[in-house]
Amino acid sequence: MSSASAVTAPGPGLDPARSVVEQLRERVAAMERRPALQPVPTLPGIADLVPLHAGATYAVDSASLALALAAGASRAGEWVGFAGCSDFGAEAAAELGIELSRTVLVPDPGEHWLEVTAALVDVLRVVVLRPPASVDERTAGILDSRLRTRSAVLVVHGSWPRAEARLSVEESSWSGPVSGTGRLVERRSRVVVHRGARPPRRADLTWPEAHRVRPDEVEAPVARRASG
Amino acid sequence: MVVWCPDWSVVAALEEAGRSSRSPAAVLAANVVEVCNGPARSEGVRRGQRRRDAQARCPELVLLPASPDRDARAFEPVLAVVEDLRPGVAALRPGLLAVRAPGSWYGTETDAAATVCQALVEGEVWDVRIGIADDLFTAEQAARTAEVQQWVVVPEGGSAAFLRGLPVRVLADDGPRGRELVGLLQRLGLRTLGDLADLPADAVEQRLGAHGAAVRRRARGEDRTLFAARTPPPELDVAVSFEPALASVEAITFSVRTTAERFVDQLAHHQLVATGVRVEAESDGVVCSSRTWLHPRHFGARDLVDRVHWQLQSAGSTSGAGSSLRARKDTGRVHAPVDRVRFVPELVEPAAAHGEALWGSASDDLVERGVARVQGMVGFDAVQRPVLQGGRSPAARQALVPWGERAVDLRPVDRPWPGRVPGPAPVRVFATPPQAEVVDDAGRDVRLTERGVVTGELRRFRARGASPEQSVPWQPVSAWAGPWPVDEAWWTGGAGPTARFQVVGADGRAWLLVRSPEGWALEAGYD
Repeated sequence: MSSASAVTAPGPGLDPARSVVEQLRERVAAMERRPALQPVPTLPGIADLVPLHAGATYAVDSASLALALAAGASRAGEWVGFAGCSDFGAEAAAELGIELSRTVLVPDPGEHWLEVTAALVDVLRVVVLRPPASVDERTAGILDSRLRTRSAVLVVHGSWPRAEARLSVEESSWSGPVSGTGRLVERRSRVVVHRGARPPRRADLTWPEAHRVRPDEVEAPVARRASG
Repeated sequence: MVVWCPDWSVVAALEEAGRSSRSPAAVLAANVVEVCNGPARSEGVRRGQRRRDAQARCPELVLLPASPDRDARAFEPVLAVVEDLRPGVAALRPGLLAVRAPGSWYGTETDAAATVCQALVEGEVWDVRIGIADDLFTAEQAARTAEVQQWVVVPEGGSAAFLRGLPVRVLADDGPRGRELVGLLQRLGLRTLGDLADLPADAVEQRLGAHGAAVRRRARGEDRTLFAARTPPPELDVAVSFEPALASVEAITFSVRTTAERFVDQLAHHQLVATGVRVEAESDGVVCSSRTWLHPRHFGARDLVDRVHWQLQSAGSTSGAGSSLRARKDTGRVHAPVDRVRFVPELVEPAAAHGEALWGSASDDLVERGVARVQGMVGFDAVQRPVLQGGRSPAARQALVPWGERAVDLRPVDRPWPGRVPGPAPVRVFATPPQAEVVDDAGRDVRLTERGVVTGELRRFRARGASPEQSVPWQPVSAWAGPWPVDEAWWTGGAGPTARFQVVGADGRAWLLVRSPEGWALEAGYD
């Protein structure tokens, strides 16, 4: 009886709608590739905007974006870490789907931030780093070369010399409060992604769930620029 | 043989509080006197009295909280003393133990009782009463009739005769069921145990049920049930001595490795794992460093070695204002050469409760090892694990637990916590809120009156933090919500009336500002 259920029940993380053999084949193929190319689970709202790949560095300019990039992997059962984030909001992280029992926090690594991040990259899947004010090209290179041999993603909240993609919040607005009444309900923010020389992509996200607003609800950026 | 130490809860609690055993004292549970000692009884304090009544009878009464754990813990040495004289001791409850009377080794039973009594009094347990009889119930009643440091020996076959004269009241010690039975027996006109014993067995069983029948059998001295003696607990602590004493943390850490392995193996042999271990380091025969470590799962040999390292390292470095970041150079020396390290298991649990999954938990092990390496770099408490807890401000609703420690004393999350700020949780929570300023139309500081009324509309604000990312330059308020007033801990001074506001700046970023009597502060950021 148990063997029958083992055959019919899909394994952990498998999509029951698709063929099991096909999915397992994909998984084996992913393992045979270099670790640096493996895809890393990302929140659905962000996945098509900026798909995360192991071994790459992504720069963000807001704490909520950093949390959102880490949330997908944490939801999928991976370990995540935060280095240098002395103002980590645990409740917001949990609301986004980050499993706090699989979260490592080094709020203040001080002068050892590079070693700490390198050690975290060895064992965790997503590492969010808030580096000190200035990081030179050479220091970033050390971490990048370490990353390429691991299956981790580095999310830098701050300035970083080289990054696969840069995400920044262009504008945001809150709904809810009106001079003294109501409360914060929802934030809608326009996120712009710069990837190398490609033209920047924009998308609207709603917070705190980091849902993608459907494109037909978004006014065309060109028209907006023309009017503004 | 039954050894009875009357009012054990009070004795244990007074000893722990470091008070004299002559002062009147009572142990309270739910504001009702549970146990009181002789001096308190002579002032009129009784079991079941309310706290206020007891204090009215005896104003100098020492009130102690009830704690069954403490009672059992304090009774452990008493068991050990008796165990030295005769193995096979059963602790019936804290304050009452039974042991097979040491036979002819000590001569007669009276001599045996005298020996046990003397050993206990030498162990500073003053109020000891001993009863010896054929069965447990009779021996307990004999002990209860004995005087302080005296014994009553019921001769063989004399149980029924001894019990005959006792009032039925003695059954009341048998918990609520016993008290109920005593009331019923008294209403039936049965005054002594002899009256009950004389009734026919089937009549008692029909009227009083199985419990009543068992009590009747006991009252006739026919209840021959014996006690299950405990096996002495195995000695689980492990120590290692160094000759000559070692002065460097690295050397000590290296030398305790095999000892730690032996400690874990020994526990595993008993099918146990340790989840809390006290590590003691002695120098010159004096314990110079002792600390209890808790593990979220259970200790392995490697974890123990790490704990020894951290403990000695933190004891060695001059404890500079909570600096968790230690330069690597000044560590490595301990204050005094250590000549002995001891592992004492404080919390052990059956290994079955901590079994690993069938396929192992390799990735988790990997993470633990990697994180332990980070702890080696920046210090034990600089690596943390976030946990949620209950509270009103965002900072109070989360706690950071050092990695490898268990979270203790967390406030429950599922309570309503009135006064907490609704809406999405803030993404950034500042540990030390930077100062802020909020002004109204006329440029005056917005305040909160005694009754929690906001003095004006919030118009412009700024925050000045230690770092640029905690600072907000002057900017107009585009929307605000609040106040959410709280007045916490007013019974101990507290911070005074405080209110929180959600403020959206002109740039679209939202903040949580708090106004306390001291001024404005920026508590958290929403993006």
